[in-house]
Amino acid sequence: MALTNNREALGMERAPRLSEAYARDYFELLKPRVMSLVIFTAFVGLVLAPGQINPVIGFIAILCIAVGAGASGALNMWYDADIDAVMSRTSKRPIPAGKILPQEALAFGLTLSAFSVTILGLAVSWLAAGLLAFTIFFYVVIYTMWLKRSTPQNIVIGGAAGAFPPMIGWACVTGGVSIESIVLFLIIFLWTPAHFWALALFKMRDYGAVGVPMMPNVCGEATTKTQIVIYALLTALSGICPTLLGFASLGYGAFATAMGLGFLWYSLGVLRMPENDERMVPAKKLFAFSIAYLFAIFSALLVDHMIVRMWFGSGGVV
Amino acid sequence: METVELSEAQKKSRRGRNIALGVVLAGLVALFYVVTLIKFGGGTVH
Repeated sequence: MALTNNREALGMERAPRLSEAYARDYFELLKPRVMSLVIFTAFVGLVLAPGQINPVIGFIAILCIAVGAGASGALNMWYDADIDAVMSRTSKRPIPAGKILPQEALAFGLTLSAFSVTILGLAVSWLAAGLLAFTIFFYVVIYTMWLKRSTPQNIVIGGAAGAFPPMIGWACVTGGVSIESIVLFLIIFLWTPAHFWALALFKMRDYGAVGVPMMPNVCGEATTKTQIVIYALLTALSGICPTLLGFASLGYGAFATAMGLGFLWYSLGVLRMPENDERMVPAKKLFAFSIAYLFAIFSALLVDHMIVRMWFGSGGVV
Repeated sequence: METVELSEAQKKSRRGRNIALGVVLAGLVALFYVVTLIKFGGGTVH
């Protein structure tokens, strides 16, 4: 059953009403947990980039990237309000909860998008601003409006939106895109399918109820599990690329290898999970580990870079 | 003249939104001020 029009249930057809939304409800529209990962990966991209950036400008850059990511989250919640109302994971979001009207979220998201892109361009770099604008467009139009409800490859392609922040951070310093920032992009891009499909496995009924064609619902559990292992392997390989390309140390390479093997191990646990397993503990474990993996890899890149810079003293935020 | 009477909850939430908007606007002013100093004030810092 595809839900595409429950506008009445969301209060869109009611008479105008006075808002009782608090500032924190608007903050919730920004998807703060997703935003924290965006802030962190963008910061790592910014610090790793060769060159110098004024720390205040660097802070403004991260702020703009965070607000831009938040804006795309608000626009996503505006468009997906109908299915969010049905899914247990998202039913308490501000729009389905009745705190904020969809059109308020739309205005909020568009305003923040315009401000974040313009300020990033004026204060930091127009290339970075262009990348941020493209990221918002990609997440809202390509992923949310088009891919999400039409193909099981939705999060594979849509994952690019979440992978751009370190590339934007890098562009803020260098004013360009290079192989190093593409590798940072690739790590997140290849990580997303295994991360999201682990979630999709144990939330399969939710996605099925709203007609979103996630991989487990369309292609079955077995295919999803196999693809999770393939993407986990690709993620593990991309994780060691910084060492292979010479912008991270052997120490980082050893750590990334260990973390990659861990990622692969948990994904094999999902592969071994019996069909129609109700509790899906291995999938939940993989989902939790995948978040820790990305955080650990980017933390390791940051620490590795700091140590190298302390020894050789070059580049970064000054 | 017919006026709209706000409930206590509506007044409280509106006050919260107003404060947040005020903080954001003040932050934007500070942000543009600082950026201007950094971008154009290189010669005056000394």
